[in-house]
Amino acid sequence: MTLTTLASRPTELELAKSPTGIDGLDAILFGGLPAGRPTLIAGAAGCGKTLFGLTFLVNGATRFGEPGVLMSFEERGEDLATNVASLGYDLAALVAEKKLAIDYVRLERSEIAQSGEYDLEGLFVRLGYAIDQVGAKRVVLDTLEALFAGLGDGPQVRAELRRLFTWLKERGVTAVITAERGREGQLTRSGLEEYVSDCVIGLDNRVEEQITTRRLRVIKYRGSAHGTNEYPFLIDQGGISVLPITSAGLEHSISDAIVPSGVTGIDAMLGEGGYYAGSSVLMSGSSGTGKTILSAHFIDAACERKERSIFFSFEEAPSQILRNLRSVGIDLARHVDSGMLRFESARPSLFGLEMHLVLMMREIDRFKPSIVVVDPISAFRGSASEVDSTLLRLVDLLKVRGITALFTNLVGSHELDLTVTRLSSLMDTWIGLHDIEANGERNRGLYLLKSRGMSHSNQIREYLLTDRGVELVDPYIGAEGVLTGSARLSQEASERAAILHRQQAAARRRREFDSRQAAAERQILDMRTALEGEAEELEASARQGEAEEAALEGGRMTIAARRGAA
Amino acid sequence: MKPTPTASALRLVPADLGGEAARPGDFYGLTLYVAGETPKSLAAIANLRSLCETHLPGCHSIEVVDLAKNPELAAKDEIVAIPTLVRRLPAPIKRIIGSLADTEKVLIGLEVRSPPS
Repeated sequence: MTLTTLASRPTELELAKSPTGIDGLDAILFGGLPAGRPTLIAGAAGCGKTLFGLTFLVNGATRFGEPGVLMSFEERGEDLATNVASLGYDLAALVAEKKLAIDYVRLERSEIAQSGEYDLEGLFVRLGYAIDQVGAKRVVLDTLEALFAGLGDGPQVRAELRRLFTWLKERGVTAVITAERGREGQLTRSGLEEYVSDCVIGLDNRVEEQITTRRLRVIKYRGSAHGTNEYPFLIDQGGISVLPITSAGLEHSISDAIVPSGVTGIDAMLGEGGYYAGSSVLMSGSSGTGKTILSAHFIDAACERKERSIFFSFEEAPSQILRNLRSVGIDLARHVDSGMLRFESARPSLFGLEMHLVLMMREIDRFKPSIVVVDPISAFRGSASEVDSTLLRLVDLLKVRGITALFTNLVGSHELDLTVTRLSSLMDTWIGLHDIEANGERNRGLYLLKSRGMSHSNQIREYLLTDRGVELVDPYIGAEGVLTGSARLSQEASERAAILHRQQAAARRRREFDSRQAAAERQILDMRTALEGEAEELEASARQGEAEEAALEGGRMTIAARRGAA
Repeated sequence: MKPTPTASALRLVPADLGGEAARPGDFYGLTLYVAGETPKSLAAIANLRSLCETHLPGCHSIEVVDLAKNPELAAKDEIVAIPTLVRRLPAPIKRIIGSLADTEKVLIGLEVRSPPS
């Protein structure tokens, strides 16, 4: 059941509420304090009681058109004005505009003697006059118990207090009465709660493991439902913020829109080309697996699309992250400059878990990002149940707002941390980053443990951290499985060598053939040349024979002639 | 809170005024704050008048302020309880709350008489 469904119950409409204007508190109170009735705020010194009262008045005067009266028994008006000036409250201006009246009631017991019966009509007259002066709808009495210190805790004072609360109701003002918390089991030191029965709020300031957390609890709210848990609250420059712990439930609307992971290879592994918008992504991996870099890719892509992002860093300062990311070629500083990206970093030990949650949600609600990165959630220390409930609420709160969230988680090298296992049920997508140790080297492998609502790759993909960020390497899948790193390289190299070898052998055979062919042609040429020589010789000798025959014929003629003449 | 003695009041107050009470020459400037004509208020007025006649003859002034008619004076003069008797003179300021029924306590409160040791 959520706050909304409770608040919309018809019975709630019957009781008029006076909104405090304090973030989160009105949600817990389902609208505000009971209008026209007194509310008791009890807490130890330094819990912020006075500030609660003042915030109630200032918000009433500035936001809800309800002027107010502060009757202070502890601090002078000037001191109060100075104390709250740092929160941006200008009490003097409100007084000048007749939206606020401040009356400081000074009671010094040593200056007061008593003789006979008295009542506190003087206080009533003062309060009534102040209310009439500004037309007040709200009254804060801070701290009424000072009356006991000044006048003694006698039956006369108690009877008058009872009358005062009746009188406040008759005046129809919404009153806040602050009181010191009493000892063990006692809500207030002087038992004021017996007079105020409409609404009681307890404030608390606990130190656990050297971390202080302010908490608020609605102890009683007559005639109204209210959140019953202890809610952490924060006082800082922004005033008071209360974070309702109440689980937001599972009533968030879901989206089919896709948010790219910022790394092409991962988008391809996720069947739909990215994460579902408004989903929660867990990225777990051991030290140095590039979780922050992968987160930065996610943010870089979002900022490029002109979507606002917040990077919550719990390990490194923003400047250090920016510098380290520049070394892998990711420039997030330009997104910070353009106002698309906001870095929030804090040491996990600075606050309690719930306070971190309060701070984060406040930043988120102010900046309204569509992407949130929390790096890393493993930085949160505390009891497992506390860490779990904090993260559960964070995941729920982000989902309700439709914000896509990426959580990184540092785990040991080869184990799935127990926290991670418990947390994984909250996550829609879980990416595991693992060191793969083989052949004397460490390589990085990425795989999807799950991704709800989309078919996704079951491969372990090797990725490299290059000067252009993360790059997924094409998988090498051979007879011996997936090969990574040098094994993959050497496998690829040997394949390349084999091809080269085949190519070289073919070329050699070609060259041998060419050369043999050339030799054969040379032989043919030689033989032809020899034949031609022989043919020439043959002809020459034939010509010589004819000449000799002719000579012989000529000789015979000569001889015959000689013989004839003789 | 600072007493606001008038020039005439200063003249009446000896410079060496200490813790001693009821010395001749002290002038008692008293203001009684009431709110409407309630029994307690009327009793306080009567008690104060009779007390002053008896113990401070000729050296006191009594002003009765009805906060029901002048509510703005309640905050200005820092009144919480009703009735409240304020001794403005001699300085320092003293306050006695109640109907002033116990004369002895009033005289001690006004430092007319020293408290019993």
